[in-house]
Amino acid sequence: MSVQSALVAPDLRRPARSGQRWKAFLVPGIVLLFGLVVWAWVQSLTLDSIEQRTLNAGYITDRVREHLVLSILAAVMVAVLAIPTGILVHRSNSRTLRSVVLGLANIGQATPAVGVVILLAIIWQTGFLTALIALVIYAFLPVLRNTLIGLAEVDPAVRESAMGMGMTPNQVLRRIELPLASPVILAGLRTALVFAVGVATIATFINAGGLGDMIVNGLKLQRFPVLLVGAGLVAAIAILIDWAAGLVEDRVKPRGL
Amino acid sequence: MSEQTATLFPSTATTPGGVSIELEGVTKNYEGQAVPAVENFTMRIEPGELVMFVGPSGCGKTTTMKMINRIIEPTSGSIRIDGREVLGLDPNELRRHIGYVIQQIGLFPHMTIAENIGTVPRLLGWSKERVNARVEELLDTVQLEPAQFADRYPRQLSGGQQQRVGVARALAADPPVMLMDEPFGATDPITRERLQQEFLRLQAEIGKTIIFVTHDFEEAVRLGDRIAVLSERSQIEQFDTPARILAAPANDYVKSFIGSGAALKRLALMPLADTTLAPLAGAPGKRPTVPRTGTLRDALDLLVVTGADAVDVVDEAGAPLGSLSHADVSANLAGIGMPAGTGMPAGAGMPAGTGMPAGASIGETSPGAAG
Repeated sequence: MSVQSALVAPDLRRPARSGQRWKAFLVPGIVLLFGLVVWAWVQSLTLDSIEQRTLNAGYITDRVREHLVLSILAAVMVAVLAIPTGILVHRSNSRTLRSVVLGLANIGQATPAVGVVILLAIIWQTGFLTALIALVIYAFLPVLRNTLIGLAEVDPAVRESAMGMGMTPNQVLRRIELPLASPVILAGLRTALVFAVGVATIATFINAGGLGDMIVNGLKLQRFPVLLVGAGLVAAIAILIDWAAGLVEDRVKPRGL
Repeated sequence: MSEQTATLFPSTATTPGGVSIELEGVTKNYEGQAVPAVENFTMRIEPGELVMFVGPSGCGKTTTMKMINRIIEPTSGSIRIDGREVLGLDPNELRRHIGYVIQQIGLFPHMTIAENIGTVPRLLGWSKERVNARVEELLDTVQLEPAQFADRYPRQLSGGQQQRVGVARALAADPPVMLMDEPFGATDPITRERLQQEFLRLQAEIGKTIIFVTHDFEEAVRLGDRIAVLSERSQIEQFDTPARILAAPANDYVKSFIGSGAALKRLALMPLADTTLAPLAGAPGKRPTVPRTGTLRDALDLLVVTGADAVDVVDEAGAPLGSLSHADVSANLAGIGMPAGTGMPAGAGMPAGTGMPAGASIGETSPGAAG
């Protein structure tokens, strides 16, 4: 009796939910499975001294932490800088400015990240800060672009009725335009975050740490297990972050859209 | 803030319903365009009046309307609502006191129906309880069950339901003036007619001053207290009641706008309750009957359909009040537009049931049947 009500009641209200629940954990499940396979494989190997120095919990945790700090900090800075810039460009109502920014954004996305990182290191300095700034520059334009597009895509009739009801331009922005543009803006941020995780690998070239260290070491010293664990971890982090960002997106996205 | 609200239009403090709108020499020039979109537009709209702006696309009717709530800023001229010059007011404050309904409705898709309707009251700083009570009242007014609809999102509603929410939202803060830009234009004919009927019933209750833009002359005739027929640059070709425009179009432009069947359209405007009836002849109960709540057009329709010589008009209880023949219908039509008192009582000069073909008499009185 209680079983029946427990099964039926949520089904009636949200028929889609029960189908989505297992899917939500599909991605982390697969990542975990691959992780276990790789771990078991590494356990079965006899590691030489070079491999032992890298393939231990302390070293890996440090590299993962560096990697995450670098990419998440970059994504946060991009969010703080690019979204307001997008809003300002949108509010300027200048078509020229808009086209110029959108054009720049497209060029920015075509620029190889390695180029940005190395060039910045050459003209400035090496280290964490340079890597962070290079990442911010690289991820800035896609977020700016999505902010502009999200705001431009708001139905003009909705904007006009908001204005016709006596909302000030700021109220129109905060209550109407930003919520309606938020799915597009969030999608841009999610892309930027995943980009950042991938590109942060390059930070190793300018001595800024991260999982790139493991990959480059593995390559240079021809230690395949090191290379594989490093590359696998970057991929796993990117996939998990994308998955987590997707969950956040679903939560934050305004209902009714 | 609410102090200011109460006094934005002085008469709203003392009398509910509408206030007057006066436009004087209003012109809108767009930069880079040789011809103004609206030129020297002057009109006075009485409190509580429902005025229809009719004209072809691009004639400037919408531009004229949008200058009243300053969605479009006029280049020159003066616009007064309740005697107050709106060009000197804060545009946002002004718009919070003017209901605004557009064809695309423009409901906020990320807000529930209740939140949509409560928008202006919240902008005006009403308390939560007052907003909620008002939302419920308005949902009832537009015949949407509050318990069922309040928490839904716009996309979960049909087009007709969305448009009702649009009207409710515009009415939320009880503005004395409403601007409506082809509000029913995007709905199917059946929904449209229902919305129009509901709208008329609603307006009879609330008596707002309404400017209603449409390109559909039928709609203008059905709804308007007065119709302004507009041409290029929003020039007023004729501004009068539907009956008088149909009976005496000012010029060929207005005639072309009326289209064919002007007499039939006029008949639809003439309630049987105000019609001169012929005395009952012969035994009642033999002839088809039409209720007093209908119009002359309904009576004519019944005459044509049944082929009877005359129909009886009955009151709500079904008691016959008098009869109408084809000739009586024509006589009533001819009486409209004449000075009061000269309208001849139907049946006095003409024997009832002479069987004059309806088509012929209507053809004679129809001005400019060429559509």
